[in-house]
Amino acid sequence: MINVVFFARVREALGTDGLQMAAPEAPDLDTLLSTLRQRGEPWASVLAEANLLHAVNHEVVHGNTVLNDGDEVAFYPPVTGG
Amino acid sequence: MGIRVQVQAQDFDPLELQRQLEGDDAGAVVTFTGYVKAGTDAVTAIELEHYPGMTERSIEAIAREAVERWSLKSVGVVHRIGRLDTGAQIVWVGASALHRGEAFSGCEFVMDYLKTRAPFWKKEFGQFGEHWVEARDSDQQRAGRW
Repeated sequence: MINVVFFARVREALGTDGLQMAAPEAPDLDTLLSTLRQRGEPWASVLAEANLLHAVNHEVVHGNTVLNDGDEVAFYPPVTGG
Repeated sequence: MGIRVQVQAQDFDPLELQRQLEGDDAGAVVTFTGYVKAGTDAVTAIELEHYPGMTERSIEAIAREAVERWSLKSVGVVHRIGRLDTGAQIVWVGASALHRGEAFSGCEFVMDYLKTRAPFWKKEFGQFGEHWVEARDSDQQRAGRW
């Protein structure tokens, strides 16, 4: 399974803090994103926002990346700590 | 002391944290404490969300980078999470080094990167209701200096 988690405004807009997807359904980040966007609104627009950030296993990733069974993928807005 | 990172709901004592940085033949200790401010929107409280696991890991990476770049003796970071009222302490960063220049730079570098890289998100509460804080370009520019 791929563990998918959402934070902050993204979590609130989607109405859930996460979900799981079978690993064969999400061989890479782009496929996972397009599958989730096909759920319709609000998924389609929230997961298409230009400033959406992604992390795989706690590391920020830019662009597509291969996913493996057991990976954790996070989607979140720009950070505002400090 | 090396590197110490704490993400916690409870308050902290800056003097006690500073004492932990002393020693190691450090000639300078620079510390920063950040507070929840009301600002122009008259904010009364904030709520801080974070990404458990990634938060600690990313701050430790930032601290390690600071230690290497400025030959720091020690770096300490405490960042609070959860609901905090205006005026509450929210973050503390301390850096010790042989000389003050390295300690000042190391402390500011870590603070700038906490603002732009560590996975924390602030929601503000007040008369206006509630809203998520938007990331500021000025914070990105400050972090970009390094």
